[in-house]
Amino acid sequence: MAGESMHSVETADAGPSLYGLLAEFDNPNDLVRATRQAYAAGYRKLDAYSPYPVEEAWEAIPHHSNRVPLAVLCGALAGMCAGFGLQTWASTMYYPMNIGGRPDLSWPSFIPITFELAVLFASFAAVFGMLMMNGLPQPYHPLFNSPRFATASRDRFFLCIEAQDPLFDRQDTLRFLASLEPREVAEVEN
Amino acid sequence: MENTSTVKELSLAERERAAVIGPGHTFATITDKIASIVLHEPSPASWWLGLLIGLTLLSGLGLSVGYLLFKGTGIWGINIPVGWGFAIINFVWWIGIGHAGTLISAILLLLKQRWRTSINRFAEAMTLFAVACAAIFPVIHTGRPWLAAYWLFPYPNTMALMPQFRSPLMWDVFAVSTYGTVSLLFWYVGLIPDLATLRDRATAKFQKIAYGILSLGWRGSAVHWHRYETASLLLAGLATPLVLSVHTIVSFDFAVSVIPGWHATIFPPYFVAGAIFSGFAMVVTLSIPIRAIYGLQDFITLKHLENMAKVMLATGWIVFYGYLMEIFIAWYSGNEYERYMMINRQMGPYAPFYWALIFCNGIAPQIFWWKKARTSIPILFIMSIVINIGMWLERFIIVVTSLHRDFLPSSWGMYWPTIWDWMTYAGTLGLFLTLFFLFIRVLPMISIFEMRTIIPQAKVAGVHK
Repeated sequence: MAGESMHSVETADAGPSLYGLLAEFDNPNDLVRATRQAYAAGYRKLDAYSPYPVEEAWEAIPHHSNRVPLAVLCGALAGMCAGFGLQTWASTMYYPMNIGGRPDLSWPSFIPITFELAVLFASFAAVFGMLMMNGLPQPYHPLFNSPRFATASRDRFFLCIEAQDPLFDRQDTLRFLASLEPREVAEVEN
Repeated sequence: MENTSTVKELSLAERERAAVIGPGHTFATITDKIASIVLHEPSPASWWLGLLIGLTLLSGLGLSVGYLLFKGTGIWGINIPVGWGFAIINFVWWIGIGHAGTLISAILLLLKQRWRTSINRFAEAMTLFAVACAAIFPVIHTGRPWLAAYWLFPYPNTMALMPQFRSPLMWDVFAVSTYGTVSLLFWYVGLIPDLATLRDRATAKFQKIAYGILSLGWRGSAVHWHRYETASLLLAGLATPLVLSVHTIVSFDFAVSVIPGWHATIFPPYFVAGAIFSGFAMVVTLSIPIRAIYGLQDFITLKHLENMAKVMLATGWIVFYGYLMEIFIAWYSGNEYERYMMINRQMGPYAPFYWALIFCNGIAPQIFWWKKARTSIPILFIMSIVINIGMWLERFIIVVTSLHRDFLPSSWGMYWPTIWDWMTYAGTLGLFLTLFFLFIRVLPMISIFEMRTIIPQAKVAGVHK
């Protein structure tokens, strides 16, 4: 096909397309310092990778969104309405039953189930909301092409500046990352 | 001036850290030690022995449940007046054991108790398996579990029937199923980063694929960690009132009725404390052999065991206070049925069980006032078993002695469990053991990523807030 040959010509010219440049560090201090400097230098398409949550690292990338709390609030309200609504509907409209002379809408006895469903829906929102916002599950990611990246889940820290960043330039960005004193800088292919 | 105080705080923090993890560990050693148990080390003989015991008892569960479904609940010792027997005793016992897992994973997380880190994962697993064991009982207690769907769940059916939402038994269905689901979510979310570690360390093809799928492509991005930490914290915040509500609602099953010995306002807090008491006992029972077999003394230190002993001492006193208050109220209420209930407990046909309960839960745990006892492995292990037995006896006493002699002497009777009751109970112990041994074989039993956060290198130096 024409498209395929075009593609192969392109890659032959420019080499395989680049996802970004990956700098490796061996401690969280260097990672946080490098991330802050990269952000200060104007890079926006960047991310830090660490084997455990490093609060300072995500604070060094201030522009990302975190709407997990909002999702949890919506989940809790939805669960509350669903729980109370279900019981009210079933006891007053669908199948009213006289139990010990209590009113059909004996709302205090509906509170436990309302509470449980609020917690249930909120928990679903927390977990699935978090995964969706993170774009997970995502079995393939270009970073997994880097052989060193497997240590990001053990004892190494990485800063990746992506090729999509408007400031990205293969040579300049490489020089910039090298100036941050990493253990190593590697190219990551798509 | 400011400098000296910072130095002091740091050294205190260092000492605290040193106590909850052995010296000299790095990110790499923690990762390799915990991951290799799952990935590379062959299972020790004791693991096979444990699994064999679990499977043997589990086959007893299959047999007894099979015969139950064939014959009906008449094979159990239950009768009129004691319609609630082993099934409910064991249900409450198992659910209570599960609660320590949630307490460790959620409440101690919110309270920033760093020592929880290394026991958190398997305590959560214990919660899940205990809830699974607990859930079996009310379902088979219905006799015809395949009909339980329309008794228990609100779905549009041809009979236009809805469950009775004003009943605590119905609340219980929602509480326990929510609890099981939320515990599973919480546990799985906690596992994701560790599954990614296993994916990256695995050498066998099957392991790579399995852990690859389960880890959902986690890559430890800072932006992801941010949302992940928010979700974990919020889940902990949700699980905390949830765990309190679950055992409160379990106690409502009793307290909302009018039976002497059940109809008591003290039940919710006393049940919740009892649940935590028995749950911590079970965590101790499990962690002592595990740390010995897998050489995890650096991660589950004496400090952890001592802290758990302190929690048992404290919750044990809340429970013991409950017992004393039951005696006091039986007298103070001036109600002859309440009074007789207590006299019958202490001097009736089940009196030996009552006094054994007082010994196991009230007297014996006082040994934990001594540091020597709190840090002695044999004493801790024996005491954890004693407390497990004591908490089982508590549920036996509450269920059986209250029911067997209520208002009318003409309706009095006796309850003794049959061989099938015992086989079912032992069978759920088998289910628990089997699930637990499979868990420690295929998943990291200690949270690797959380262990990395507690070593000194994990802290980012510089600006402190």
